Amino acid sequence: MRRARTPAPLLVPAALAVVFLVLPLAGLLIRTPWSQLGTLLTAPGVGQALRLSLVSATLATAVSVVLGVPLAWVLARSRARGRAVLRALVTVPLVLPPVVGGVALFLVLGRQGIVGSWLAETTGITIPFTTTAVVIAETFVAMPFLVISVEGALRAADVRYEDAAATLGADRWTTFRRVTLPLVAPGVAAGSVLCWARALGEFGATITFAGNFPGTTQTMPLAVYLALQRDPQAAIVLSLVLLVVSVATLLLLRDRWLGRGAAA
Amino acid sequence: MSLAAQVLVRRGPVTVDVALEVADGEVLAVLGPNGAGKSTLLRVLAGLLPPDGGRVAVDGTTWDDVAARVHLPAHRRPLGMVFQDHLLFPHLSVLENVAFGPRTRGASRAAARTAAAAWIGRVGLDGLGGRRPGQLSGGQAQRAALARALVGDPALLLLDEPLSALDARTRLAVRAELRRHLTDYAGSAVLVTHDPVDAMALADRVVVVEDGRVVQAGTPSDVARHPRTDYVARLVGLSLLPGTADGLTVRLDGGGVVAVAVPADGPVLVAVRPESVALYLSRPEGSPRNAWPLTVAGATPHGATVRCELDGQVPLLADVTATAFAELGLAPGSPVWAVVKASEVAVYAR
Repeated sequence: MRRARTPAPLLVPAALAVVFLVLPLAGLLIRTPWSQLGTLLTAPGVGQALRLSLVSATLATAVSVVLGVPLAWVLARSRARGRAVLRALVTVPLVLPPVVGGVALFLVLGRQGIVGSWLAETTGITIPFTTTAVVIAETFVAMPFLVISVEGALRAADVRYEDAAATLGADRWTTFRRVTLPLVAPGVAAGSVLCWARALGEFGATITFAGNFPGTTQTMPLAVYLALQRDPQAAIVLSLVLLVVSVATLLLLRDRWLGRGAAA
Repeated sequence: MSLAAQVLVRRGPVTVDVALEVADGEVLAVLGPNGAGKSTLLRVLAGLLPPDGGRVAVDGTTWDDVAARVHLPAHRRPLGMVFQDHLLFPHLSVLENVAFGPRTRGASRAAARTAAAAWIGRVGLDGLGGRRPGQLSGGQAQRAALARALVGDPALLLLDEPLSALDARTRLAVRAELRRHLTDYAGSAVLVTHDPVDAMALADRVVVVEDGRVVQAGTPSDVARHPRTDYVARLVGLSLLPGTADGLTVRLDGGGVVAVAVPADGPVLVAVRPESVALYLSRPEGSPRNAWPLTVAGATPHGATVRCELDGQVPLLADVTATAFAELGLAPGSPVWAVVKASEVAVYAR
């Protein structure tokens, strides 16, 4: 199908927007010290930060799936009152500045915090400035992405399949496991990828609640920020790694969201 | 084994209030227009929708009793249900779909698969058990859905418009097979349809539901010969005119007089088959006792014939051949004389 030519008043700003979005990434690629790439990537801190980032983002995603999928089901299917309020509360972390999230987590789970002080007294466990804190901060920020995505998939799924399962003797839990969950699996997968990518890039809540200790809480974004101040070359290389991971995420999602538009 | 149900459901503007009894091995068709409450009734029988009143009992076991606060949830009712668009689980193979019921009802994996494979053979899908529902044709999918519903030998079989999603040719084949399986089936079956042919071909008895109420019940041929409402009459092609009989003449409620061959008295329904109505451009001279000046209100080609809707004192449907329709130069708005022999007019008491 032939499309109408784009009018100039739209074309110019659109082109500017593309330049604005692409230029910094191009700059990153241009300034990458390709010859020293190997050395910089194998520097001791880099592997450590990358491993910590991957592990904590994966754990945060796992926690988000285990807690978030049931929450999405409640938001999509239960007829309980106050669902609208619940949904608003759940999505607050989406719009909340991550630093504020970190402060809030600190106030609750910190050593003087409401839950944190009780936890420290009874079990001797303190959360802040540990890898656990990194996972908690990332989960707090990233889980809403998963919940929203899975809730959308559940709403779009045909509930009559659940009726059919019921007439075949499946109780609600069996129906959820054997019918509903497989039907919304693509939504869960997409939500998990989004969640994981968001957790991987988490900075504000992490540095506020977990601090910046190499090996335990220094994730890639923190390492990039720190490196920029003493070794810009290293910062560029670390950024490149995150860029590669992000693009890979985008490719994973392409079939689901970009594919339809691109094919049309 | 049998079904006895008295169901009351209030849903928006329509209140469904229907009583049904289906004997063992009997097939009951619930026939009615869209929105009449047929599917609501079926959802209640399935346990998917708790009724607002009434009782449902199968084989002497109470499944619903609103007064006694009894409601057996759907998954604990030994029933099978076939849905309009098959609703086979898209992520499971045909075999896994058919084995789903036995598995959830406690059969071992091997036993469930054996039973499923046997039923897949019985509905003629041998060799297709490994396919996904998306790889089946409409007719194959509906056969698989039937196997899935029947595999556990349920006490009650519910069929919700099982043929209406199929194209005309497939429908004929699947209808014939469905008939065979229903004959073999030992439990009670309830078939919901808006297609009278399905009801006539598959059911032992028919109840016609309109606006949530049973307006007629009987054997299929009984209902076809003596439709009680306009809807049933239209379905089976009859024009149905209420009137008052006095011997061999019936004075219609809408004005006009119809001569009949069998004497009757009091309030009656007059039924005229569209194929027994002949059309003329001027008043014909001859033996037919009934001739009415009417207007062509609409015309629909209908195979080799054209079904004409005639308006006037005696609103009728008339089937004429396409050639005759063209030769008479008929069009919406044309005045015509409609002629019917008295012996072609059926009369029965209201």
